[in-house]
Amino acid sequence: MAEAPGRAAVAEKAKAAPKPKIKPIEDKVHCWPYLVRSEFVCSIILMALLMVWSLGIDAPMEEPANPTNTPNPSKAPWYFLGLQEMLVYFDPWMAGVVLPTLIIVGLMVIPFIDINPKGNGYYTFQERKFAVTTFLFGFLVLWVSLIVTGVFLRGPGWNLFWPWEVWDPHKVVALTNVDLPYWGPFKLLGNPKILDVELLGLTLVILYLIVLPVAFWFRKSKTSPILQELGPLRYGIVAFLLLTMLGLPIKMFLRIAFNIKYIWVTPWFNV
Amino acid sequence: MFKRLKDLKKTILESQVWRSMFRHDYADTPRNRTLQIMSNVWMHLHPPKVRRHAIRIRFTWCMGGITFLLFLVLTVTGVVLMFYYRPVAEYAYADMKYLQFDVPFGMLVRNMHRWAAHGMVLTVWLHMFRVFMTGSYKSPREFNWVIGVILLTLTLLLSFTGYLLPWDQLSIWAVTVGTNMARATPLLGHEGPFAHLAGVTPRYDARAFLLGGTIVGPPTLLRFYVLHCIFLPILASLLMIVHFWRIRKDGGISGPL
Ligand code: HEM
Repeated sequence: MAEAPGRAAVAEKAKAAPKPKIKPIEDKVHCWPYLVRSEFVCSIILMALLMVWSLGIDAPMEEPANPTNTPNPSKAPWYFLGLQEMLVYFDPWMAGVVLPTLIIVGLMVIPFIDINPKGNGYYTFQERKFAVTTFLFGFLVLWVSLIVTGVFLRGPGWNLFWPWEVWDPHKVVALTNVDLPYWGPFKLLGNPKILDVELLGLTLVILYLIVLPVAFWFRKSKTSPILQELGPLRYGIVAFLLLTMLGLPIKMFLRIAFNIKYIWVTPWFNV
Repeated sequence: MFKRLKDLKKTILESQVWRSMFRHDYADTPRNRTLQIMSNVWMHLHPPKVRRHAIRIRFTWCMGGITFLLFLVLTVTGVVLMFYYRPVAEYAYADMKYLQFDVPFGMLVRNMHRWAAHGMVLTVWLHMFRVFMTGSYKSPREFNWVIGVILLTLTLLLSFTGYLLPWDQLSIWAVTVGTNMARATPLLGHEGPFAHLAGVTPRYDARAFLLGGTIVGPPTLLRFYVLHCIFLPILASLLMIVHFWRIRKDGGISGPL
């Protein structure tokens, strides 16, 4: 229903999109030898590198497993340290389960929510600024930099250490984190609750995840052709994923700048 | 003498045995270039011809291909390691030491397996990065991107399950930290939100199901071994078959319209 005009408009736009000045499809070459020889050289170089690397550097091997002796810090493999690092800012159900699931699902839906027909099969920033910016932010700024922090800057007690600092397991870091209702001006509100659910946090989460995107839709959708093409369903998914992703840097900022731990506390879970 | 050699070559090349294996000669003709690809089951992953820009390193970075090569290296070295390794808590660590000090080239094989695994995680990320930057997930390649995301997840899981197998301090604690999260699964983990509604306990929840107990112990080792050596590689191979087949069916490597 809402789909049909959207699709047609997309097809229309694809036809109208300026064709990049590159030779047409007829420009083909034989895979043998032009592709196969590159693959061959590439494989040989890679195998040589791997061989030299493996001759020179031994895989790590520590003492036998001992369930009674927990090392400090215990780190997950490096490619999961972004998730472990998120544990500083979110509870495990969020950092360890919900966010990883949303990352995977979010990646999978990319082709279905990015309906911009331009930039298919060539490098361009100009023709898809929003998509490329969002992806680079998520991949480089969030994922890669959290991994770098986890690998190089975290020591005993998951405290921050510079690489040249000695790991002191007795380093004392004052824990002055407070939940939002007990911070600054919010103290004046007296933390009202219904059924033990904090109303302040509930309001903020609803404002952020629901009111904000809905209000934006009603203000802009009349005048923005991009929003009209997206349609409410796709727009909703984009908004939800984007705001959830931005939730991480927001919580990092609140923690680092104001020592705020939870925005919202309920008897079942905390955000 | 020279004439004899030539005769010999002719006899061999025209023999029934030779011709049963090789269907064309080697002269560099367009027909033979096509046959090189078409009549060889491995080469046949390629189409006979590709668009010129698709073979530029600058376009694909060769990252999908390198990922596949590393997967093949991992399969071969992994099978070699399996000859010496027993997934039993009493033996696992000793078998690793045996590989390291006694098995000829054992340490080399182990190192190659380890570093190729780390490399594959890196290259699969870079491959996804390239595919995103060239917008190659756009129609008609949406589905292949989805397959790719599943392959990415499987690559991480393969690496993670393998991490436990040396059964040293590094591996059990990394896996402990990693699987602790499962405790907090909403509904299904005993420390997660709404756990009491589903009635899960530390012994019967998502984490215990993964570990085969409440801690990373001998049953976990066996579980991860089976996942690492059988279930995940087979699943990943099947999906790679689909992935490669879809590239062909979606019109080859993407390019400007
Ligand atoms: C085990 C992991 C993977 C292997 C072995 C693999 C292999 C390949 C190969 C060999 C190609 C040919 C072009 C190239 O080399 O770039 C390719 C293309 C492609 N891959 Fe992957 N891939 C894997 C994972 C992924 C992931 C994680 C994604 C995305 C999330 C993905 C999405 C795609 C797409 C959309 C194409 C078509 C690209 C185009 O037409 O330009 N693949 N893959």
